[in-house]
Amino acid sequence: MPKLTIQDLEKIRAQARFAMAVREGGEFRAKVNVHMGTCGIAAGARAIMTALMNEVATRGLHDVLLTSSGCAGLCSQEPMITVELAGRPPVKYVNLTEAKIREVFDKHILGGAIVKDWALGIGSEKTDT
Amino acid sequence: MTEQPRTKTYRLHLMVCAGTGCVSNHSFELKTALEAEIRKHGLEDEVSVVPTGCNGFCERGPILVVQPGDIFYQQLAVKDVPHLVEEHFLKGRPVVKHMYTPPEGKTPVPVLSDIPFFKKQVLIALRNRGLIDPEKIDEAIARDGYKAQAKALTEMTPEKIIAEITLSGLRGRGGAGFPTGLKWQLVRNAVSSNGGQKYIVCNGDEGDPGAFMDRSILEADPHAVIEGMVIGAKAVGATAGFVYVRNEYPLAVERLGTALRQARDYGLLGRDILGTGFDFDIQVKRGAGAFVCGEETALLGSIEGRLGEPRPRPPYPAQSGLWGKPTCINNVETWANVPAIIHRGAKWYAGIGTPTSKGTKVFSLVGKINNTGLVEVPMGISLREIIYDIGGGIPGGKAFKAVQTGGPSGGCIPKDKIDLPIDYESLSAAGSMMGSGGMVIMDEDTCMVDIARYFLTFTHDESCGKCTPCREGTKAMLDILTRITAGQGVPEDIVLLEQLAQAIKDSALCGLGKTAPNPVLTTLRYFRDEYEAHIRQKKCPAHVCRPLNTYTIDLRLCLDKGRGCDVCRRNCASEAITGRKNEAHAILPAQCIKCGICFDVCAFGAVKVD
Repeated sequence: MPKLTIQDLEKIRAQARFAMAVREGGEFRAKVNVHMGTCGIAAGARAIMTALMNEVATRGLHDVLLTSSGCAGLCSQEPMITVELAGRPPVKYVNLTEAKIREVFDKHILGGAIVKDWALGIGSEKTDT
Repeated sequence: MTEQPRTKTYRLHLMVCAGTGCVSNHSFELKTALEAEIRKHGLEDEVSVVPTGCNGFCERGPILVVQPGDIFYQQLAVKDVPHLVEEHFLKGRPVVKHMYTPPEGKTPVPVLSDIPFFKKQVLIALRNRGLIDPEKIDEAIARDGYKAQAKALTEMTPEKIIAEITLSGLRGRGGAGFPTGLKWQLVRNAVSSNGGQKYIVCNGDEGDPGAFMDRSILEADPHAVIEGMVIGAKAVGATAGFVYVRNEYPLAVERLGTALRQARDYGLLGRDILGTGFDFDIQVKRGAGAFVCGEETALLGSIEGRLGEPRPRPPYPAQSGLWGKPTCINNVETWANVPAIIHRGAKWYAGIGTPTSKGTKVFSLVGKINNTGLVEVPMGISLREIIYDIGGGIPGGKAFKAVQTGGPSGGCIPKDKIDLPIDYESLSAAGSMMGSGGMVIMDEDTCMVDIARYFLTFTHDESCGKCTPCREGTKAMLDILTRITAGQGVPEDIVLLEQLAQAIKDSALCGLGKTAPNPVLTTLRYFRDEYEAHIRQKKCPAHVCRPLNTYTIDLRLCLDKGRGCDVCRRNCASEAITGRKNEAHAILPAQCIKCGICFDVCAFGAVKVD
């Protein structure tokens, strides 16, 4: 195997750092929850999750938490996500596509402005936990 | 170069502790179960399971930390995995029942950095613990691994490296605290006959009872040690190095071997490192587990294939070490500090600690303490902060009595010195020493004479036998201590112990012999009254030395609470207990062999010990 130069070492460092960025911790700028019940997955939630993961990865972000959860009850409007910026109420988006995800990512998750066209509403249903 | 394409990213990283402590609590099985469950839910492209080195909070293992989020799960079992994966990693709901609740608290603390055990720690030697897979060099590189090495090899002269280490104030972490920069300068200045060969050695022969700092560093971040040694090699002008590590540390040996192979493959070790023309390679030498081989001259002898026995110094290894060549030998933790100093600068490092002791120190916290584990703290922190804030205090609400630092070569420090700021000088002024970092906590139920006897048993067993003071002197001291704990001590014993201790200190060949009397001397200094109680009143105040105990039965408790349950009589091996079921029982002193079984089996506290 060819020996590394210092430039090669820095290249490896940059790539590995990129893959490990989410371990560095700190406060979260945003939590994004993809609803992945059977309905969500059938409507393409898997592609939505992949698109979100790509956005986080391309930008090397470590303060955006991606989680998944079950059906939110509005099966007809899947795929859905819930975006929760630190200190603000959660916002649900419905009928998503990969293109819409990119816009929500830029404008809301990074920019802080709700994309009203696809937002269902603000807040979450109450739970007893 | 690695199995996966480097750009592969995951939304969740499950950092499973795979240090020896958690591994013995089945963390490898936990990892396998997690991976299987994650595949079952089709999450394998989103969630990655990463084995790491020791997290530090060994008491609570096996440990899993979820990133991002820093969610700390403890004491997980394979049976918990399906629920955990479904709730947290699939549905995004962290599972409260596996979180940690501090002893005095009621609510669980979900986030690692909020847990008191971790709050006061400052990580330099352990900077990568829990954050990298030690078997993947790319992960070490991502966390600035080999950056200091590249800097040292391309931008720094040997003199500049030594000046930086000197300025940092780094001192040997193996115990004696010799200034590292000065040692390197001595090796650099030493003239080597025969082609100028010099050697670098890493001392990983960790033998103190209850100590596991070096093992944990080698398991969690072997690359830090390798990188430190390469930097040291450039500074002193060495081309070959050895890591001497105990064979009873199989995981450390394996991970170090993997790390060396990966570093060699990348050209970070071997010929023409990083294309700079500098050659240096490292071999692993496995020790058979003799305590004396932690002594540097014995260690060097063992590497050469000779008997692991110390030899007189001078000449010091810096002048005449391995095969008579100048040799720079430092401990695992010392080497692990070196890259951080070169990378972040001597001034940064010297800004941490006390005027004479800079940086941080890794301690293993064991004994009568709630949070058994591995901690790294800035020099100058008080014992109180380590024992109460980090260690969580003494189990069962018992009173703290003393702490043994420096292992069998160190000494005990009593509770009135609990606010002592820890550094090399303060510990030796207290009669103990920094040592390699073992901290054995003792509570009110510990007998200090018995502890001294325990450590003497250890040093006597491990004495190599080469010099008479250590071989015969520790035996003579041990005999006296054994006699005292058996109730046969005489008043002259204390003076005799002190004289023997002084004679051994003055005349033993190596550091191990010279320091072997320390546990006796410090317990005599701080707990002389306990020795006197054993000798004069024939009493052990902590009731540990059973031959000195008197057992009696409280009639009222026996009848009222126990209703004469008869368990003590049935268990008594010497038929020393009288009484029938439902009646009061009593012990016949003449027949009692003081085994203490009646005390152990009585469920009503009716058997009293004095």
